[in-house]
Amino acid sequence: MERILFGDNQFFAVNHISDEKSRAQAMRFKDDEAIIRTLDYAIEAGIDTFMCTTHERIANICDIIRANPAKYKHFKIYPCMPYAHKYANAVTELGIVGTLKQYVPGNFFGSLFKGGVAFVSKDFISIMELLIDSEMKMFKGIDTPVIFLQNVVTDLLLGLGMKDILKGYYDHVKKKYKAEPGFITMNMPKLLDMLEDAGIENPVICASINKAGFRMSGGKEVNEEALRTRNFRPIAMQVLGGGAISPKEALEYVCSFPKIESILFGASSKGNIEDTVSKIKYFDGKNGR
Amino acid sequence: MVKVALIGAGKMGISHLAILGAHPDVEIAGVCDTSKMVTDVLTKYSGYNCFSDYLQMVDKVKPDAVFIAVPTKVHAKFIKDMLDRGIHVFSEKPFCLTPQEGIPLVELAKKRNLVNQVGYHNKFIGTFQEVKRIVDSGALGDIYHFIGESYGPVVIRKKQETWRSDPAEGGGCLMDYASHVVDLLNYLLAPIDEVFSSRLQPVFSNKVEDAVYAMLKVSNGINGMLSVDWSDETHRKMTTSVTFSGTRGKIISDANELKVYFRDDKCPAGYTKGWNVKYVTDLTEEVDFYLRGEEYSAQVDYFIKAVMGKVKNDINTFESALYTDKALQLIRSKAN
Repeated sequence: MERILFGDNQFFAVNHISDEKSRAQAMRFKDDEAIIRTLDYAIEAGIDTFMCTTHERIANICDIIRANPAKYKHFKIYPCMPYAHKYANAVTELGIVGTLKQYVPGNFFGSLFKGGVAFVSKDFISIMELLIDSEMKMFKGIDTPVIFLQNVVTDLLLGLGMKDILKGYYDHVKKKYKAEPGFITMNMPKLLDMLEDAGIENPVICASINKAGFRMSGGKEVNEEALRTRNFRPIAMQVLGGGAISPKEALEYVCSFPKIESILFGASSKGNIEDTVSKIKYFDGKNGR
Repeated sequence: MVKVALIGAGKMGISHLAILGAHPDVEIAGVCDTSKMVTDVLTKYSGYNCFSDYLQMVDKVKPDAVFIAVPTKVHAKFIKDMLDRGIHVFSEKPFCLTPQEGIPLVELAKKRNLVNQVGYHNKFIGTFQEVKRIVDSGALGDIYHFIGESYGPVVIRKKQETWRSDPAEGGGCLMDYASHVVDLLNYLLAPIDEVFSSRLQPVFSNKVEDAVYAMLKVSNGINGMLSVDWSDETHRKMTTSVTFSGTRGKIISDANELKVYFRDDKCPAGYTKGWNVKYVTDLTEEVDFYLRGEEYSAQVDYFIKAVMGKVKNDINTFESALYTDKALQLIRSKAN
């Protein structure tokens, strides 16, 4: 994995501290061109990996990337699935069974219902595999070396103790996409326990890691202890702690953990992208990395 | 360990279940849902003891407490059945279809000394908790006006009808959505006790309103406005905000950001004259397990602690939720 990954929250009006900023972002990135322009700034700053949710607008971005193979020769995407709002809204409207009917591709579900719903639970992992395949369609022809499960799903499965489904996700991504399965979580130490229990070794885990301790569930110390002692490949996200810490202090903190392989950040302006990249390089240099 | 059972494994029920499942003081005693597919999956992959009949479940597994997350029309019956059996109850919002249904339940819970809470999670959000502290400190002077608002993309096209689109079952923007901001205003100021006028506006739905507008008053005399629209796709998700105008200051807060203006230096510690901005990140306590927002975990934890006798049962009680049901009924009665 590359040291610096570029995120997509800013493109989809995800802002953890201000609804006003969130609306301003929605206006700024109304057109796909604005997203591509910002991605190009990131590439110019030396970032070749875009970590993004499977939002419907990403399909357009993928079209542009496929249409310009020379320009995006080294460009990689780490998809994060699913785009949870799509399913959450559908569950409110259609219920859980109705949502599966709507989103599980093909006639698979229709035939299942003929065979009786009891069959569904036995083959729940096959249904999940079909959902993964449907989310992955938009990335066809694009290099996706790591594929992530979004935190709301990872953490839901974690809370429900469904380790076999996490393992099912892991196995399918490895086998079908020859990619490294990753897990986004807000509960890193607990998730590590469950993944180890499921026999998954040295997993890629993207977790909230920041000096403010923001969303480091279970406490900052427990998370730091895991970063020092446990066997996994961490990616730090929410490094600015939702805006609570200055960028310099924030990046100095994250760069101080040798175990952290990659740092994920998002920014809207060329200046902020360049600034963040140069700060990470500075602290990495200082730490002899 | 507190033995907890869940009745209703839909969207909110599953979310509570995952938070409960990760809670160190909770044992999941049973789960009840009418969907065989859902209970099959929870049996097979979570190992939960699942049922399709809620009375059969509680009589068999004898939980200390239940979470009720079923359509509003059956809240009153299910809650009563639990209280009669001496079981502590956390119910999803709104409390009941009408205040008439809720009044005896408030009495019964008190009489049997059972923990009783309703899932109005805004009270566990750091910014709104800070608004409450500032309002109670009197630092805004005499508050003379309020605005309560909620917007979000729930019904953004004509679509399939469910219980949420039937007013007789507790559907519609007033009960399902506006209830959150009504409850928050009740909590931050005082219970709404008069509605001067209201408008229940359909946008895409046939049988229910998709927006609610009202002019109202709370019991300590402050007048204000309510504006709620769940057919507003300019918001990525539900956004709730309050604005209070006082003789010494003004406060504007949503779940993320609190902006407060003080006219003079006589403001609470940590604030100064003029504008002050605080973010939820500075005002939020970490939780042990995070799923969809700290507030959901905090509210579950608060209920469990109340059952264990570690905290008082005084936030989101049935009684406070009954005030909300009363306000919702007033708003409906004045609709034109």
